[in-house]
Amino acid sequence: MREQLENIKKLASDDIQSSRSDAELDAVRVKYLGKKGLLTGILRGMGQISPEERPVIGALANTVREELEKYIEEKSLFLREKELSEKLENEKLDVTLPAKKKNIGKLHPISLVENRMREIFIGMGFEVVEGPEVESAYNNFDALNAPADHPSRDYTDTFYISTDILLRTQTSPVQIRAMQKKKPPIRIISPGRVYRVDELDSTHSPVFHQLEGLVIDKNINMGDLKGTLALFARAMFGERTKTRFRPHNFPFTEPSAEVDVSCFVCGGKGCRFCKSEGWIEILGAGMVHPNVLSGCGIDPEVYTGFAFGVGLERVALLKYNIDDLRLLYENDIRFLEQF
Amino acid sequence: MKVSLNWLKDYVNINTNIRNYCETMTHSGTMVESYELLGEDIKNVVVGKIMSTEPHPDSDHLIVCKINIGSEPFLQIVTGAQNVKPGDIVPVCLNGAVLPVGKTIKTGKLRGVLSEGMLCSIDELGLTVNDFPYTNEDGIFILQEQCNLGDDIRDVLMLRDTIVDFELTFNRPDCQSYLGIARESAAALGVPLNIKEPVVKRTEDGDNIEKHLKVEVKNTVLCPRYTARMLKNVKIAPSPLWLRSKLRSAGVRPINNIVDITNYVMIEYGQPMHAFDYNYLASKSIIVRNAREGESIITLDNAVRNLSSDMLCIADGENAVALAGIIGGLNSGIKDNTATVVFESANFNRENIRHTSRALGIRTESSARFEKGLPACNTLDAVNRAVELAVSIGVGEVVDGIIDIVGTDIGERTLNFDYKRVNRLLGTDISFEEMALLLLPLGLKTDSNRNLVVPPFRGDIVNTADIAEEVARLYGYDKIPENNFTADIAEGGLNQAQKFRIQASHVMVSLGFLEIYTFSFISPKLYDKIRLPSDSELRDSIKLINPLGEDTSVMRTTALPSMLESVSRNFNHRIPSCRLFENATVYKKCRDMSLEEKNLVFAFYGSGDFYDAKGYVEGVFDALRVKNYEIKSVSDDPAFHPGRCAEYFVNGRFIAKVGQIHPQVADNFDIGTVVYAAVLSIPAIYEEHEADIQYKPLPQYPSVERDLALITDEAVEAGTLCKNIMSYSGKSLISAVVFDVYRGKGVDENKKSVAVRLTFRLMDRTMTEEEVDTAVKKILKKLDSEMGITLRV
Repeated sequence: MREQLENIKKLASDDIQSSRSDAELDAVRVKYLGKKGLLTGILRGMGQISPEERPVIGALANTVREELEKYIEEKSLFLREKELSEKLENEKLDVTLPAKKKNIGKLHPISLVENRMREIFIGMGFEVVEGPEVESAYNNFDALNAPADHPSRDYTDTFYISTDILLRTQTSPVQIRAMQKKKPPIRIISPGRVYRVDELDSTHSPVFHQLEGLVIDKNINMGDLKGTLALFARAMFGERTKTRFRPHNFPFTEPSAEVDVSCFVCGGKGCRFCKSEGWIEILGAGMVHPNVLSGCGIDPEVYTGFAFGVGLERVALLKYNIDDLRLLYENDIRFLEQF
Repeated sequence: MKVSLNWLKDYVNINTNIRNYCETMTHSGTMVESYELLGEDIKNVVVGKIMSTEPHPDSDHLIVCKINIGSEPFLQIVTGAQNVKPGDIVPVCLNGAVLPVGKTIKTGKLRGVLSEGMLCSIDELGLTVNDFPYTNEDGIFILQEQCNLGDDIRDVLMLRDTIVDFELTFNRPDCQSYLGIARESAAALGVPLNIKEPVVKRTEDGDNIEKHLKVEVKNTVLCPRYTARMLKNVKIAPSPLWLRSKLRSAGVRPINNIVDITNYVMIEYGQPMHAFDYNYLASKSIIVRNAREGESIITLDNAVRNLSSDMLCIADGENAVALAGIIGGLNSGIKDNTATVVFESANFNRENIRHTSRALGIRTESSARFEKGLPACNTLDAVNRAVELAVSIGVGEVVDGIIDIVGTDIGERTLNFDYKRVNRLLGTDISFEEMALLLLPLGLKTDSNRNLVVPPFRGDIVNTADIAEEVARLYGYDKIPENNFTADIAEGGLNQAQKFRIQASHVMVSLGFLEIYTFSFISPKLYDKIRLPSDSELRDSIKLINPLGEDTSVMRTTALPSMLESVSRNFNHRIPSCRLFENATVYKKCRDMSLEEKNLVFAFYGSGDFYDAKGYVEGVFDALRVKNYEIKSVSDDPAFHPGRCAEYFVNGRFIAKVGQIHPQVADNFDIGTVVYAAVLSIPAIYEEHEADIQYKPLPQYPSVERDLALITDEAVEAGTLCKNIMSYSGKSLISAVVFDVYRGKGVDENKKSVAVRLTFRLMDRTMTEEEVDTAVKKILKKLDSEMGITLRV
């Protein structure tokens, strides 16, 4: 009997060993351990052996059963792992094949520039104010202290709707509207679309965008203007950006300045980008002219202020190294997709 | 304004190199646009003397010359010019010489004869006969200048110079002159200014201008000052080299000594001058008056000008002899035989000059200067300067006496000079004394009362801000410290409507659309292209008086055509699919101004259909919390496909339109494919959206779904069907959605089978099957009775 058990154990172990699937393994289990299985059959013949041997053989049979069950379990686990790894192997992909492209839209580069600038000034507590593009000549010129014969008023510079209605040439009339409506302190930016009589070419467009800022309060001085724009330039063009103020003349500011930033390509050493100057002209700025303040009902004896303006197209061209302004209005998706 | 440094050095010592000079000028407020070194394009050209000439052995038209350039042996040069003879002094290009045309001269052989250079013509030196009137255009330039053999031709002909181009600002007409630039240069460089008052010696011959000329100014508003002097025994001839050379550096063509002097003084003083031939002034008088209606004049440029009474003219006793401040008359102009000259140095009203110049279409150096607004203080010095120059170069003799009619204030002004306020405005701490020192070189003096005395040529300085600018630019903008202003905290940022608009752009981006920017003005023809009816109010655009062209002549009332143009451009670049959107403003007439409305416009082709288009619109609505919108089919918008267009409404208010672009419209824009587009009114959506977000508790109990296949007439729209189903049931029906439409086998002609999914749910308990069955039965009964719709069997 003992030999029979040993024999069954060996036969079963061989069968388990050679099983190549869960089904085969199941058949082995039924063959040896099932109700009509060989091991079960042997246990059924226990009655024929002596009572002394019975417990010994019984224990042995149980050990054989347990061992076989363990083998089967181990084999089963092995087979399942093998099956999974084969499946995974078969499912292997060439991950370098092209992706299934998803449509992701993009904002226009002018919007990107406007968004960034807006963010910077909002961070400084500026309020965003907008106004109409079809404006009165009064708000666009007279209230901004432009002399009656200033060349910017000419038909060759400004688009007119009638003698006293025009397409605004700057977003400054928004500042006039704000000053007429609101008492100081005033701290606003006005981004928007403006118009000038220029043929469309690689550096000009009859339609373009500006962002202008205005601060009016007691004790605002030109040092504040310099500090504010220096902060803006560093935020917009990089921490190392320097600013340079040059005297200029604008009707609505006195003193006035043109503002250069150190070239953000070469850092100011001079390169092709900045035409060897090391500086790039970006902004116009100045202290709000007393005539502008008093014209809007703000006492220039009490309040002072500064204003500045920047062209969004110009910054977009510089920032993204775009060599032709017309690309901004052609709306070719091969261009737009790059932003 | 182009300024010759050679000339400028007459008044101020430019004690630094050109780069520094330009930098200093720019940073003190006189901006340098660029500078140019003259004479750099001529190299290795010297003065030589022709010692002998002989014919070329092998040519009829070539001459072999021996040339002395101040050293032996003499050079041998072959020339084709026929005007040279022994003894002539000529410009000689040596081996390796460079000429302005870019030509390089090398030693070589001409028909077998050695030629060690070239003799050159005036043209080859980049000059004209106006610069050297004694020479001819053809042939070699035979020099008449005092010089030594071997001298550099650039020094002999005064060709070496540096020209600085200043970009002057509107407020500084006084800088349109050498004296103005010299004053700024002296102040910026901190060097003395050397301007001499012109000196005219009296002849004491008993003659006087009063005996010859009577001047009358009839309109002192348009002519605030008129100054005149006379020259007699004038000999018209070319000006000396130095004068011609200076004019050339200013880009002015030398003509003759009198005309050159008027131009010279204009450039030097900024004061336009005119010279009359005295013998052509009828009645020996000058009358400054408005032109008579219908009066005409032949001007120096030989054109007949018809004048009107708002134009100011200079007349003699009979006719107009000049257009005041703009151009002289042909008849009274300087001629070769002019013997007596009247110099006019006057001040004219800028607006009137501008008006007349424009009306007649004449723009001259003179009118350009008057238009900028000139001070009246310069006329006397300028006329004296002209006479001084004329006498010094021997043009003629001065007639004693000056006629000077002054109808305006030409004196200094005194301004209150609050230096503390200047400091407050600049954020600086500069003492009164330091400010006074900074201002002095500009001619701005302080008096004993610490007021500022402003010279008449600085009409632009009227208040403290103006003074502050003068102080700041000489003190140095770079020395003003950078501050960060302190201010009360305030609510900055965007308002809700602005945020909403920006959010809409981001939604479009997330839906895969590329943002475009288009012009706000369009061609009115685009309205035809989108088939806008001729009586449509959208055709009533705001029109530009002075557009660049028809294509940009009206403010758009719809942004659809601009969008379709962009779509077309991409389609015609063979781009297989594209999706574009624009945050576009449209402009509608509102009394005399405009009503400007922001629209969100999008279009796509290449992938997707009408229902995708709807999906994008509703995606925007979903993201922007627009709810409870209604959809209506639209068949009468000619821009859209009559069977594929819908409008959205909230509370009866139009918020959006979506559809397939009408094939005819697509064709009009050269788009050879199906295009879908939508226009959303941002203000309407903003006003109708749910600003407040309110949480609703999550359902506790499961919902139950039932699908119904309904047979309906072809004409029944899904929207109407679902809306009606919702109204036929109680609150337990939470949605009715069409998920399939079937036509064909098993369904009669003109009918369709519409599959509707009903979802029921109660908030307080699970609905029983029986309750759902009852609810469905009620709906079916209503569908049958109200709409004649039955279940498909």
